[in-house]
Amino acid sequence: MAPFFLLFALVTVAPIAYAAWLSLFHDEQSGLGFGGTRRVFSGFGNYTNALTDPLFLASFRHVAVYCLLYIPVMVGGALVLALLLDSALARARRFFQIAFYLPHAVPGLIAAAIWLYLYTPGLSPVLDVLDGAGLSWNFFGRDEALLSVVNVSAWQWMGYNMIIFFAGLQAVPRETLEAATMDGAGAIRTAFQVKVPSIRPTLILTVLFTCVGAVQLFDAPQLLQLRANEMGESWSPTMYVFSAAFKSHDYGLAAAGALLLALVAGAASYVVTTLGNRWRDA
Amino acid sequence: MTHTLTRPVAPAHTPAPAPARRRSSALLSKTAVNAALLLVAAYTLMPLAWLVMAATKNRRDLFATDPYSFGDFNLLDNLHDVFAYNDGIFGRWLGNSLLYTVVGSVLSALISVACGYAFHAYDFRHKERLFGVVLAGVLVPATVLQLPLYLMASAAGAVNTYWAYLVPALVNPFGVYLARVFAEGYVPDEVLAAARMDGASELRVFAHVSFPMLWPGFVTIFLFTFTAIWNNFYGALTMLNDERLYPVSLGLFMWNRSVYQQPELYPLVITGSLVAVVPLVLAFLGLQRFWRSGLTAGAVK
Repeated sequence: MAPFFLLFALVTVAPIAYAAWLSLFHDEQSGLGFGGTRRVFSGFGNYTNALTDPLFLASFRHVAVYCLLYIPVMVGGALVLALLLDSALARARRFFQIAFYLPHAVPGLIAAAIWLYLYTPGLSPVLDVLDGAGLSWNFFGRDEALLSVVNVSAWQWMGYNMIIFFAGLQAVPRETLEAATMDGAGAIRTAFQVKVPSIRPTLILTVLFTCVGAVQLFDAPQLLQLRANEMGESWSPTMYVFSAAFKSHDYGLAAAGALLLALVAGAASYVVTTLGNRWRDA
Repeated sequence: MTHTLTRPVAPAHTPAPAPARRRSSALLSKTAVNAALLLVAAYTLMPLAWLVMAATKNRRDLFATDPYSFGDFNLLDNLHDVFAYNDGIFGRWLGNSLLYTVVGSVLSALISVACGYAFHAYDFRHKERLFGVVLAGVLVPATVLQLPLYLMASAAGAVNTYWAYLVPALVNPFGVYLARVFAEGYVPDEVLAAARMDGASELRVFAHVSFPMLWPGFVTIFLFTFTAIWNNFYGALTMLNDERLYPVSLGLFMWNRSVYQQPELYPLVITGSLVAVVPLVLAFLGLQRFWRSGLTAGAVK
């Protein structure tokens, strides 16, 4: 136990404290920039800078829209798939479980790379089909890029969450389901009024983890941004922090950005947990 | 649901057409359900199928042939090129990834299991409060920690070393949480008491009595950490500048970045991605049982 808490203190608690400390300072160029930099206390200056930076605000807007699209699609998709698999009608359950889960065995960055190619004109079978139908679509467009990112995440995580939901559904006592059927509930009513409520805690936990993951969105947009130049290097908050730290070398700003990000993640977790508990007890 | 019992039993002479209609609609929905499942399976498998096929093509065929048809079979040439390019740097990346993931996840899983076990087996002051800290740790976004970690590593002169990437990976609050769940399920208090009665030291109780019982939990946590480290692109991107230390994902990212200036890298990136994916897919297929138990252990609570 001691080793865990020692390391935990070293790589979790200390970095937060260090980031908080750093975020209060600002590197100032002395003279004409020839004399090197010195660290100046700037209070909450970095926070106000971050919060008034349109790029930073835009990155949160991207993630907000991303969540609005991604969470319902992914969680809803996973839930429907789990219910379909759990219904008496599904065949070849093992095959489907493996097929749905397989994308999750692909590392996030490589998943994004595969889709990057599937989005690239000349390589993409998807675009070939669309062209054939006389439609045009630019996966790398300013607005379309967001959908492209959502698709990569959904592809990666739907099966993973489906397995979790499916396991929860399998644990629903069969007598309860029989009783519902005896009461005259159809398959669909049973699914939504008996099965879904019984896995509420799992659903809440999934939404919680999905939110924490969404706030940290980095791999896929970072890679897609290589082609979708309009996305820019600060498309997501994590990308903003990365570029503030390693492109502009403004560590104070980056630390402030990271802490604001943690704050948003905390707030999101709180909201999800509170709403979730209310729903669970309803 | 008690009123089901009082409900009159359906009369035996149900009209004949009703079951027939039900059967046909069941058949219809069976087709619909399985068709929907197949459609989604196509969505999840197509990109992987594309990767496999694309890896067999040379650069000309990659762009000239239909995405889902084979050109000339060049997989072996591509593989050779991937491993030969830049003095075989790709092999080194694979080796690095293997080192990071195997060493990192074995150590990390050991620490997590020991810690989760301690939460189960011992009573001490502020136990639940400490556990609360662990749970809060699960929710702290990893990317938030990465920059201060980098600066700390930089101050300690550890940037661009194996340590910079490995040490942060050792801490896995979710693993501790899982380990406690597993310990509660697998290690009964009576066994611990009996072992202590026999005069076994605490370390011995853990190593010889509890750990074997926790083995499935260990494997599960190992697998979780393994994928987490194999996936940790952001950590690698910040901590490592020396391309000889790159894990495979970072290496592939760098190739991807230069593919527009050097289109000859296309087959390398694609084949390299396939090579990096295959071990994980195989590991997943082989160890499915453990994946599932881990997922559900985390989910049911």
